[in-house]
Amino acid sequence: MKPAPFAFLRPSTLEEALAALAGEQGAKVLAGGQSLVPLLSMRLAAPSMLVDINAVPDLGHIDIDEAGVRIGALARHAEVLASAEAAETQPLLAMALSHVAHPTIRNRGTTVGSLVHADAAAEMPMVLRLLEGSVDVASVRGRRTIPAAELFAGPLESTLAHDEIAVEAFFPALAAGAGVAFEEIARRHGDYALVGVAALVQLDGDEITGARLGFVSVSDIPTVVDVTEAVNDRADPAAAALAELEPADDIHASAEYRAHLVKVLTTRVLAAAIDHARSRARKVTT
Amino acid sequence: MTTKLFGTKVARVEDQRFLRGQGRYVDDLLHDDPRLLHSAVLRSPHAHARITDIDVSDVLDLDGVLAVWTYDDLTGPMAEPLPLLIPHPTLTHGRTQYALAKDEVNYVGEAIAFVVAVDRYVAEDAVSRIRVDYDYLEPVVGIDAARAAQRLVHDDVPGNVGARMEQENGDARAAIADAPHTLTLDLDIERSACTPMEGRGTVARWDPDTSRLTVWSSTQTSTGVRGCVAAKLGLDLARVDVITPDVGGGFGVKINHPWPEELLVPLAAMTLGRPVKFTEDRREHFISSAHERAQQHHVEVGFDDDGRLLGLNVEFWHDHGAYTPYGLIVPIITSTQLLGPYKPLNYRVVFESLYTNTVMVTPYRGAGRPQGCFVMERTMDAIAAYLGKDRTEVRSTNFIQPDEFPYEHGLVFQDGRELTYDSGDYPASLAKLKELVGWDEFEQFRAEMAAQGRRVGIGLACYVEGTGVGPYEGAHVHIETSGKVKVATGLTTQGQGHQTAFAQIVADTLGVRFEDVEITTGDTRKMPYAVGTFASRAAVMSGSAIHLASLRAKEKALRIAAEALEADESDLEIVDGVVSVRGTDASPGTRIDLGTVAVLSNPLRYAFDEASKAATQFSVGDPGRPPVAEDDEPGLEGKDFYSPQRSTFANGMHAVIVETDPDTAEITILKYAVVHDCGHLINPMIVEGQIHGGVAQGVGGALYERMVYDESGQLLNASFMDFLMPYVTEVPTTIDIDHLETPSPLNPLGIKGAGEAGVIPSAAVFAAAIEDAEGFPITAMPISPSELYALRLAHADDPAEAAEAATTTAG
Amino acid sequence: MSNAAGEEVHDVRLHVNGSVHEVQVPARRLLSDALRHDCGLTGTHVGCEHGVCGACTVLVGGRPMRSCLMLAVSAVDAEITTVEGLTEADGSPEGRLSPVQQAFSDCHGLQCGFCTPGFLTTITAGLRDNPDPSEDEAREMIAGNLCRCTGYQNIVKSVLRAAALRDGRGATSSGTENLEDA
Repeated sequence: MKPAPFAFLRPSTLEEALAALAGEQGAKVLAGGQSLVPLLSMRLAAPSMLVDINAVPDLGHIDIDEAGVRIGALARHAEVLASAEAAETQPLLAMALSHVAHPTIRNRGTTVGSLVHADAAAEMPMVLRLLEGSVDVASVRGRRTIPAAELFAGPLESTLAHDEIAVEAFFPALAAGAGVAFEEIARRHGDYALVGVAALVQLDGDEITGARLGFVSVSDIPTVVDVTEAVNDRADPAAAALAELEPADDIHASAEYRAHLVKVLTTRVLAAAIDHARSRARKVTT
Repeated sequence: MTTKLFGTKVARVEDQRFLRGQGRYVDDLLHDDPRLLHSAVLRSPHAHARITDIDVSDVLDLDGVLAVWTYDDLTGPMAEPLPLLIPHPTLTHGRTQYALAKDEVNYVGEAIAFVVAVDRYVAEDAVSRIRVDYDYLEPVVGIDAARAAQRLVHDDVPGNVGARMEQENGDARAAIADAPHTLTLDLDIERSACTPMEGRGTVARWDPDTSRLTVWSSTQTSTGVRGCVAAKLGLDLARVDVITPDVGGGFGVKINHPWPEELLVPLAAMTLGRPVKFTEDRREHFISSAHERAQQHHVEVGFDDDGRLLGLNVEFWHDHGAYTPYGLIVPIITSTQLLGPYKPLNYRVVFESLYTNTVMVTPYRGAGRPQGCFVMERTMDAIAAYLGKDRTEVRSTNFIQPDEFPYEHGLVFQDGRELTYDSGDYPASLAKLKELVGWDEFEQFRAEMAAQGRRVGIGLACYVEGTGVGPYEGAHVHIETSGKVKVATGLTTQGQGHQTAFAQIVADTLGVRFEDVEITTGDTRKMPYAVGTFASRAAVMSGSAIHLASLRAKEKALRIAAEALEADESDLEIVDGVVSVRGTDASPGTRIDLGTVAVLSNPLRYAFDEASKAATQFSVGDPGRPPVAEDDEPGLEGKDFYSPQRSTFANGMHAVIVETDPDTAEITILKYAVVHDCGHLINPMIVEGQIHGGVAQGVGGALYERMVYDESGQLLNASFMDFLMPYVTEVPTTIDIDHLETPSPLNPLGIKGAGEAGVIPSAAVFAAAIEDAEGFPITAMPISPSELYALRLAHADDPAEAAEAATTTAG
Repeated sequence: MSNAAGEEVHDVRLHVNGSVHEVQVPARRLLSDALRHDCGLTGTHVGCEHGVCGACTVLVGGRPMRSCLMLAVSAVDAEITTVEGLTEADGSPEGRLSPVQQAFSDCHGLQCGFCTPGFLTTITAGLRDNPDPSEDEAREMIAGNLCRCTGYQNIVKSVLRAAALRDGRGATSSGTENLEDA
């Protein structure tokens, strides 16, 4: 289990990194490397060149304002998780990040890297979709913003072009009157979830004006389902969600069991998100 | 024997080097030798195929590659199949693989080519350039396919049956036919594996100046490896040294030998004239080392109104994988140790050991016992449920009683000896366990939990473990002129703390300071006669041998000291390395250091150090006889071997309380209790550590770990991502342990083995507790939440509930 | 510049345990391999090479990271601490065991010793962040490291004892007979 050979560049500017990427079709970006390096060692990936962006300045930021949380390409999961301000602005970040692998992996792995790795079994791509955030990408051709809804093309496939580097992710702040919750079931603590479900609800007084669910490990790409109607019609939100999900068999769980967990977790996180919204509302009024 | 250290929690001496990062594991060796070469193995990607062509022409062009071997490059004994280590008359169709595959591959992972290069990276590059043409054959995967025998693993093994073995005591079938009550059970256990943190590894260096081969291997038997290397490479045994350095865990898988690489590395080192290293990586460990556990059992049992076993008839099918290098050890152990602490009036067992196109099976900690325990304990629980009796009551009814030892089962054990238990007190153990886990208070606890909407269950399981199997181990004790005591025993160490526990024995037996004792294990230069570390035998076998060898050294020390001090041997004692006349003060002439005795023992005429000079004040030896008398030899040494009549049988009982989540079917351990009897404890801290580790491995085997093969014979979870070894978060937060010390009459220290015990009852005890929580039978292990959920659906009493569950999960 | 295998190599300056190691390695050399084979620091062990077992955990800039999931060429700017760097100076050539190392010895927190370096580095950093962990926090601290020998029971005790040793609470009592107190 040793990587195949590759050329290596460790540029000190973003421009240099983008130029290198543009000039080498088989090049890949190395940031945290916590997903990439195992793939290299198992020789499941064999890029011709790695462009290590860890020496590029000004990519490690976690900027927070009223609009939301902006996370630079080199901000590590652990740093985002440690930011009380980030958790205050968008509580779902910390709720989900604490389930991302183990702390040692979070010390090196980057949140932006996890997003563009586009794994539907990972927490952060789902969170970005549920919150309707976005990713800023740069290339020699310029910069653009990719909304979360357009970021995920397929299993482990993002819509970034090969010459683009994701430089920043934007997670919108939690709106007034909104609440979030996240829960997942994994075989072992720290494993990929068998099923994970996040809820984002919007209250207007006692009325639920919005209820959306994000799912981990029950679809090929990070999937969000709007269940506002089902919630308000006292229908089964989980059944509504399952209509848009594709839980599958694997060696750890059957499709039936996953579907069952979708049901169990959906009930739990919807209730928790509503509680969360109400407790936030109480805080504002007191 | 003055027992100062025996039985106490002495901190381990080996920890100092491990904690400082100064352990020396096989991959650490020769790392600064610029001549060291590295190797990699091309392994079969197919479970069953004929090799029609191997093209290595692209490999040697690669810079940094020195050599590549395929089967065609092997000659002499190396071109013959690897040894079948433990033949058995009933193993009528034993088969072993070649060091490199000849014409055919029979499992994914089987070695095909061996590449040596300047580093492992380049060696892997080279492996990826070898092209092999295959004719694919349909694989046989799993016990069902093996039994169906529509396809054969080996053309010349009809029915895929390697062995069929039957043993019977009494007439079980007749007893069952006449019994007032009968039950039948079908039980399943899946594959798992040892997965030590360090995989296999071998380094070899050929020294042309002395014509000697030195092999370092991460093995559980250095003497076994030595014998194989010498035989296969055509070397005189005296030219081969095998050293086992620090080993990062074994748990059984490293007792099998020789692995192909243990021969290919020395071959390459001799051929290329440079040292060569092989370090198995994690994926290789999954697909090219060994697995265990998979068996299917069919049980028929007849019993009376008290639950007494009148007749027990067990048929089982054992999946031994593609080859049988380790013979029938695992299924024989299952078939005999299944009996546990019980005495069925009539017992018959028959098994078939079957070929499949999967990784071969050799012992994994417990070695067939976890399966046997699962079968017997599931049977006990089934009888209790049938009769409406407490599960402990049915067990008590069937226990061998303390006054019935030695107890003969009328069967033959894995070592070819009669299955005779030496000692134990099972009723006392059960009483302790019930107390420890709160057995009698459990129904109240269950009710309290139910009131909170929580579902809990309790289970227990009992086992007896034959430990300390022969044939022998030896020890050599050498008291140096410095007074330091160097002790060698030949079996190997994988983390059991032998350097500490054995030094405790020496310090007590010889009367020296613990700090002055240094133990060496697994080095054929120091002790060329040894068997190996397996079957919970190290403490019993080498511990006893070290005790006996220490007594011999002591005997000689006292003889010489008596002469030097002009005292009677029987008046002397040895305390802290000083021989003195008992009851005297520290006046000169009444005491002598063991170091000085060592000098006196060797009539060498050179006073090259202070110890030699000091010895000149004493006079020993009869001037009328030669300096070394005819019945004597120079040096203060003791050597002895311990070879018991038969195994000693440890026992234990575990109980667990689990909670099963009514919604998610997750299984949580609330309490885990162990009562353990391995005779006298040398170091209770080490014994408890062994139990902790065994229990954790058992939790893994019961709730998390399995080898998942698909129909084509691909192992789907060959990584730590998907083979779910427990982290700290998956094991019990506490393990309550109580000891019973029923000494073995078979060895001088009264000890029994402890290494495997913790893992044996796990599948049984978890199945029992989950069954108790859920109210339906658990017949297959391991069990995951997904499987528990499926069982809930299948057993849903209310058809409407089942239908509702089915519709909500239709997706 | 290339090596014996004709592969381009990079001059890499690794800062390990307070020393500078100038090594020449191909880009693909994993940090774990560079530490072990190029720097000769074989105390860092390799258990899985896919980031799951934690045996290879070292401190990078004081934070635990998997050295098998980093490339040596990416580790140039960081101060790296391996198990060999955990002992404390006491005038002796070998140094004194750190509180975490001492606690493992006191509590029988290791058996074969192969996973141990990864636990020691992880806990060293963990206790710096949380000097007085509860038993649950001690478990969480080591939750990303696999051990096949100990069943973790005595490793959890070791974490708690190390915390006590660090703040002097265990200074006068050492040895295994205090296992229960830990």
